[in-house]
Amino acid sequence: MSNDPAETFRQEARELLEQLEQGLLDLEHNPADDDLVNAVFRALHTIKGSGAMFGFTDVASFVHEFETAFDKVRKGLSPITPELIAVALDAKDHVHALIEAPDSADGAGEPILAALRGIVEGDSFPDAPMIDPAPAAGVPLEPTGRWRIRFRLPADALVHGTNPMLLLGEIADLGPCEVTALVDAVPGLDVIDPESCLIGWQVDLTHADPVAALDDVFLFLKDGMELSIEPLAIATMSEPELPPAAEAILDILAEEVEALAVVADVPAPKAAKPSKEPREATVAKSETASTSMRVPAERLDELMDKVGELVIAQARLSQLAALSADGNLKTVAEELERLSSGLRDTTMGIRMVPIGTIFSRFRRLVHDLSRELDKEIEFITTGEETELDKTMIERLADPLVHLIRNSVDHGLESAEQRIKAGKSAKGTVRISAVYAGAEVAISVTDDGAGLNAARIRAKAEEQGLITPETRIADQDLYYMIFAPGFSTAKEVTSLSGRGVGMDVVKRTIDGLRGKIELTTRPGEGTTFTLRLPLTLAIVEGMLIRVGNGRYSIPLSAVEECVELPASVATHSRGRNFLDIRGSLVPFLRLRDLFNTPGEPDAHQKVVIISSGEGRAGLVVDQIIGNNQTVIKQLSHLHSGIETFSGATILGDGAVALILDTSRLVSYGQAYEEKFRNESGRAAA
Amino acid sequence: MTTFTEPMRALTLRLDDELFAIRAESVREILDLVPVTEVPNSTPFAFGLINVRGRVVPLANLKVAFGMAEVEPDQDTRIVVIETEIDQEPTVVGIVADKVYDVTDIEPAAIEEAPRVGMRWRPDYVRGIGKRRGDFIIIPDMQRIFEIEGRRSGTSTAEERAAS
Repeated sequence: MSNDPAETFRQEARELLEQLEQGLLDLEHNPADDDLVNAVFRALHTIKGSGAMFGFTDVASFVHEFETAFDKVRKGLSPITPELIAVALDAKDHVHALIEAPDSADGAGEPILAALRGIVEGDSFPDAPMIDPAPAAGVPLEPTGRWRIRFRLPADALVHGTNPMLLLGEIADLGPCEVTALVDAVPGLDVIDPESCLIGWQVDLTHADPVAALDDVFLFLKDGMELSIEPLAIATMSEPELPPAAEAILDILAEEVEALAVVADVPAPKAAKPSKEPREATVAKSETASTSMRVPAERLDELMDKVGELVIAQARLSQLAALSADGNLKTVAEELERLSSGLRDTTMGIRMVPIGTIFSRFRRLVHDLSRELDKEIEFITTGEETELDKTMIERLADPLVHLIRNSVDHGLESAEQRIKAGKSAKGTVRISAVYAGAEVAISVTDDGAGLNAARIRAKAEEQGLITPETRIADQDLYYMIFAPGFSTAKEVTSLSGRGVGMDVVKRTIDGLRGKIELTTRPGEGTTFTLRLPLTLAIVEGMLIRVGNGRYSIPLSAVEECVELPASVATHSRGRNFLDIRGSLVPFLRLRDLFNTPGEPDAHQKVVIISSGEGRAGLVVDQIIGNNQTVIKQLSHLHSGIETFSGATILGDGAVALILDTSRLVSYGQAYEEKFRNESGRAAA
Repeated sequence: MTTFTEPMRALTLRLDDELFAIRAESVREILDLVPVTEVPNSTPFAFGLINVRGRVVPLANLKVAFGMAEVEPDQDTRIVVIETEIDQEPTVVGIVADKVYDVTDIEPAAIEEAPRVGMRWRPDYVRGIGKRRGDFIIIPDMQRIFEIEGRRSGTSTAEERAAS
């Protein structure tokens, strides 16, 4: 857990930089969208303000220049071009570097700024020499004016540690000024509250652009304070539309202050004094804006653990209540059950994050790849609103990056090849997410050449994965690309072709209890589909008993439960198939699988589970019932045992293992195949 | 082999009839024997799982690593919950002790390197042999033991059994 203010800034800045990047990428497609321009500007401005606040002066000064350049765009003085976006993205990366490692990025900033200015200035003044120092300094040489600034701080400002003297000092630093205290609101001594800030100030200031300058001074006080800025003597005004602009900036400021107040854990002043100026609209807006809170991820994990324990304790209570004759106890137990299941759902809901949060990252990736490989790419995302557990999303980012790189680099052909093949020169990469039952399916699709079976085969033989004699279906051959060290790229590019990647993807997805599927059509493209459980934390389970051991089967995999027919049960060996309404289902005796000592129960049950296309029956001694399964990962000591995907704690405090259903189904299918082969041979 | 330069603060415990010393800082807690869930197809070394305050913790039997005889648990049997590294990952594990004694300081002068010969145990499992009041105390290399013994587990033959 970090209370380090610098880290808080970094976190916030990372998000802002992401917004900035999205804004820039969007702008490339919609250069005329003023909202986007403003969003970009706002992100820059916030980074500058809080950067200065937290002592990241390099960041603040760099962003200041960045902002100055972008201001030209905002004012419509410079058009938005792909070159501008590319340089702005470089600048964004530089800010990111400055924030992550303030000392390492020395000297890289100036060329970027120069390029940025070059583009911006070059377009607005085509004749101006590039090295003209005056505009480069970023200080608009506009005539100065006299301004009357009146402000009152919120009554509780002193309590919150604001020192008005420092504020006045900052204003005095802006330019020549005269300060007058406004004491009209100070009551008699008998009713005075010494902790309240009752004095207002009037400052007559000489300055070119006091609105922007005062933004910085009052950055953290905007909420609840009164502020008015009026021109005092009419100077030559460079921006006649200033008052609306001031309003806009104050709106922005109000939002910033609100966001920062939450971060810093400072309660925003609740009772903002009704303002004399017509600024109620601003206040109302900031109050209705949806409030969100930044919470360290570890706290959520901790909460989830606690809820898990609560659910277990509650199950224990329910068990006791069921045995008791005390009606009151039963009522309380039921009440608690309802509450804890609600709490569990809410907690899980908190951890769910829309997958769009990582999709947006990929747009930049595709943008860069497109430039680097000189392939024109259309990148389409769908299903951004699909929600997944937070930890899952984090761990998905890297595999998806690999898949997208793979699609762009290996999948999509060059423009000439595409035209030759009768396709449009522009390739398409599509990433989509949809719910599929208790799973989420995430697909990465390209419309490229498709996998080349012959080349994969050659490579697999070269690597000794198969021999030239091996007969293997194309579909199985394709899956060889997930083998460690496998790469079919003819030349190694900086992006892919080093053979690290696909096996890492596979391993990560396995670790998330997910599956990876691959379909490809020569000439039409390839689709990778990741199937993942919605959450890693809690599932409904069916509790069963084998010998003395209790095990949990994820309920989503259970199709039905049947009695093991006596005729089958007595055959200890032989055909392990059940006839389920006309179709044969292979079954596994868990007693055999687990080496369980002792005699099986007289009336054994079969739990039919399914996974993907396959089905299998599991023979158990007893079906105990449903339970809430809080999934705990197995340690490295046990993670190699394939039949279990995790463990959980039961109502009575004992540990039960969770069966890995997809693995068991594939055992069943292996058995089925073997049986088919044998009977096929017997028939021949 | 690690050399000892500072006194080792150690928890002493007994396995079979040998004394062992475990770094006191690695010990999280000491529990009475709790119900153990056996893990089918695991090795005798990492044979079970226990519930430690809502966490699922693997339980290991060090006697397997040292080739010692099994005894029935009695009222002295304890579970020592320690933190060690398995595959570079800090992991909380429980180990079964026949009896737990006390926490003591062992002077570096009293610790000798494990002899390469004449020992019943794998030399790499022993960081050193300490002496206290005339008794020998084995200082096991927990990380090494869990690395080697842990690798043996998980080689499940379930698939072959399923297919048979």
